[in-house]
Amino acid sequence: MPASSDKPRSFQEIILRLQAYWAAKGCAVLQPYDMEVGAGTFHPATTLRSLGSQPWAAAYVQPSRRPTDGRYGENPNRLQHYYQYQVLIKPSPPDLQELYLGSLDAIGIDTALHDVRFVEDDWESPTLGAWGLGWEVWCDGMEVSQFTYFQQVGGHDCKPVSGELTYGLERLAMYVLGIDHVMEMPFNDPQAPIALTYGDIFRQTEQEYSRHNFDGATTDMLLRHFEDAEAECEKLLAFEPQDPTSGKRIVMAHPAYDQCIKASHLFNLLDARGVISVTERQAYIGRVRALAKKCADAFVQTEAGGWTPEGAQA
Amino acid sequence: MPDILIELFSEEIPARMQTRAAEDLRKLVTDGLVESGLTYAHARSFSTPRRLVLAIEGLTSESPTLREERKGPKIGAPQQAIDGFLRSTGLGMDDLITKEDKKGAFYLAIVEKPGQPAAEILAPVLEKTIRNFPWPKSMRWGSGSLRWVRPLHSIIALMVTEAGADIVPLDIDGIRAGNTTRGHRFMAPEPFTVSGFEDYAAKLKRAFVVLDAAERAEAILNETQNQAFALGLELVEDPGLLAEVAGLVEWPVVLVGEIGADFLSLPPEVLQTSMREHQKFFSLKDKSGQIVRFVTVANRETADNGATILAGNQKVLAARLSDAKFFWENDLRVVANVGLSGMAEGLANVTFHNKLGSQKARIDRISALAREIAPLVGASPDLAHEAAEIAKADLQSAMVGEFPELQGTMGVYYAKAAGLPDAVAHACKAHYQPLGPSDDVPTEPVSVAVALADKIDTLTGFWAIDEKPTGSKDPFALRRAALGVIRLVLENNVRLDLASPVIGQLQRNEVARQFSVAANSPNAFATMGGLEEFASRAVIDVNEFEALAADLLAFFHDRLKVYLRDQGIRHDVIDACLAMPGNDDLTLLVARARALQATLETDDGENLIQAYKRANNILTQAEEKDGVEYSFGADPKFAETDEERALFTALDAAEQQIAPAMAREDFATAMAAMAALRAPVDAFFTAVQINTDNEILRRNRLNLLSRIRQICLSVADLGKLDG
Repeated sequence: MPASSDKPRSFQEIILRLQAYWAAKGCAVLQPYDMEVGAGTFHPATTLRSLGSQPWAAAYVQPSRRPTDGRYGENPNRLQHYYQYQVLIKPSPPDLQELYLGSLDAIGIDTALHDVRFVEDDWESPTLGAWGLGWEVWCDGMEVSQFTYFQQVGGHDCKPVSGELTYGLERLAMYVLGIDHVMEMPFNDPQAPIALTYGDIFRQTEQEYSRHNFDGATTDMLLRHFEDAEAECEKLLAFEPQDPTSGKRIVMAHPAYDQCIKASHLFNLLDARGVISVTERQAYIGRVRALAKKCADAFVQTEAGGWTPEGAQA
Repeated sequence: MPDILIELFSEEIPARMQTRAAEDLRKLVTDGLVESGLTYAHARSFSTPRRLVLAIEGLTSESPTLREERKGPKIGAPQQAIDGFLRSTGLGMDDLITKEDKKGAFYLAIVEKPGQPAAEILAPVLEKTIRNFPWPKSMRWGSGSLRWVRPLHSIIALMVTEAGADIVPLDIDGIRAGNTTRGHRFMAPEPFTVSGFEDYAAKLKRAFVVLDAAERAEAILNETQNQAFALGLELVEDPGLLAEVAGLVEWPVVLVGEIGADFLSLPPEVLQTSMREHQKFFSLKDKSGQIVRFVTVANRETADNGATILAGNQKVLAARLSDAKFFWENDLRVVANVGLSGMAEGLANVTFHNKLGSQKARIDRISALAREIAPLVGASPDLAHEAAEIAKADLQSAMVGEFPELQGTMGVYYAKAAGLPDAVAHACKAHYQPLGPSDDVPTEPVSVAVALADKIDTLTGFWAIDEKPTGSKDPFALRRAALGVIRLVLENNVRLDLASPVIGQLQRNEVARQFSVAANSPNAFATMGGLEEFASRAVIDVNEFEALAADLLAFFHDRLKVYLRDQGIRHDVIDACLAMPGNDDLTLLVARARALQATLETDDGENLIQAYKRANNILTQAEEKDGVEYSFGADPKFAETDEERALFTALDAAEQQIAPAMAREDFATAMAAMAALRAPVDAFFTAVQINTDNEILRRNRLNLLSRIRQICLSVADLGKLDG
């Protein structure tokens, strides 16, 4: 482990240190989910695995998209595509706050010089039908992480409770590296033969996607795809658990949940295109939430979700 | 007399909950102790972000022994009865004593309930308190089922006597009470033991924790004011923020930072809101009122005296303000390109309420009404209409999207930027006012017109869809809207017959509803000429709205009674005035009520009311008996006594004064003239018997009484008065 006085020099080094830190603390270091999601929480390793009684400990980077946050790469902090670092441990360990503070130390935030605070922030995801209590973690007045004890996901009480940590990687890294504009942040080592900044990699895509999100995306098609995803999700969940092909009991919770994720992202795009009125907005969120809830219902009917043949008979 | 120290040490408690929680802890524990028979001298509770603390002094060391005598069966009663008595008392035969009274000898049991040591009482009281703590929101953690506001880590429960400090035995879901705590999370994280409250508070302070929230708040305020003073600046006071910040730190350190020069051109409201809402910074202003510095309160001291912390906070603020600046410049660009009306266009897609259409539809109704009301409040109808059309445009601005609390405030800036007249610009903010009983009432005529129209439209709209306030539920703040109308009218002396705009707006609402139904039907050609053309053809039955309007006016009257009662006007006085015609003109109504109340406070006034009631009783009885109404034809020529003749003269004089005074709404003069009748009326009643055998005289006198009644009723319905 690098000592805390040893400052990281690039965005990727911060990610690597977080990976190493949480791996050393016993988390399974997973890879990002291969779909467009609005936040790391949407990864099934969080949403679904926070349900049921099975213990869990995972950490991963998740590329995330918030189409309305596009600023054509000009805003120093806002991006429509960014990275979150996500940790989920179930049951939440009693020293989770200390573990978390240890991770700040690992990426070079010396808590003897900085002002780290846990400020009330009750987390709620209307689209996931989920809520929890916790904090925004502030470092010198900047929110660097979200810290949540999940109480409910997809309408199910979380028993045991998972502790969830979400780091906004760009903001955190800019802070640690002392960078004012995200596009100027070194992505790899600035001494590398081919040194790349965040802007070298993402400025153009931020422009392209900003234009796409606000003006380019075809709304009729998005609406259609939303309906398709919704229908497919419900169809997959309507199958009998018994699979005639394999002869096994297979509940398609994850494939159905993929469709829920799709619907959620399509909704975000429609929102960015400005075609969803305030009243409709609530209705769309309600539709995605209904899907998330059904997926959660399905997941607890799987073994990973704590289902057992014995339990089913009891 | 033991002292008690309790500390519940947890992860960070939300600032807004701490004060209440400390108070709840004190109350629940001391109530529990007192219920179990203990008493105490003094109890104080404290809160920090990580702990709730209770210190009790002078607790009784045990609850008193309770001695109860219970009368048993008679000596020689059947053995069954005696056995039953023994079982119920838990005693043996030898424990019973015998006693004798008038009815003979009987058994007596003395049952003693021994006192309980305080520690044994405290443990279950504390456990019950923790398990049932009234947090606004609580949570579970790990695999446990205990609920607390955030994970609870340790408990101190100490009973301190001269002999020393004893830990009160207590184990709640694996958390064992002890005598150990920790100091500041970063500055003194090591555990330490304590032996009592004084030791605890002193060691905490050495461990960088100020226990008392009031002491933390005071330290923050003093230090901020000192630093501001040194810079020649002044703190923008914010008690709510101070209390919150005091709940975010255990060891407050005040740091003053600079706002980047780029941002000083932002409106001060934007600076202050952004700094307060996002960063919990205080604002420092210069002599001109411009905000030029921020104050952040850190939770620790550092080797570099806060330089790193301040630099970080400055950077975060710059990022926040560059967002705000982006919104500001963007909004100004929109205003420059398409004006405020262009900005407002999007409101057509914003639903105000699903049964009341879009914000745009609502604004159209308000604009029409504002134009109508304008002449009554001395405003130009065109300006009022224009103001109403753009007053809510800022709801579509990026800035208000980010800071909803700046609605109206931004509108004023943007309207001025668009080159609109000041009167129009001011209405953007003022039309929301008054926001509560203590908020200022707008006085500029255009603002008054739009504010009235806005509120009347809200009220009529929700009345039409039957969403009236019930009991404590008033989700659309309709009571506040009605009070707003009342204060706007009264404080500006506006003469307005409310029934007319109310009925008008109910109709406008209905036309808009029909229009939107028609526009969405397959047969949409009916709406092709637009709303105005549609309205000219719409068939609306006015009668339909009269009942609704009457109901809404009654609601106004109820709110008015509450408002006037607070100003010391009797409810029966208001009732007496409400019964008069024109009661939808609130200014007139209140002028009448004030005059009547003033009259009632004079001797003559109060006595005249009694005389009026006497006259009215006699008349009513006679009218019932005779089956006729005595209302006309009293003639002085039938007067027998001087008193009777004097009354005729007095009534003539009163009528001559009252009628013109009423015509010019000079209630004070009218009522003074009425009160002046007291002496002649009293004299008349003393000297004259109404019900004489002479039918002509009787009828004449009854008709005379009727004149008294008419005169009195012409100023207010005095029959509604109490007493």
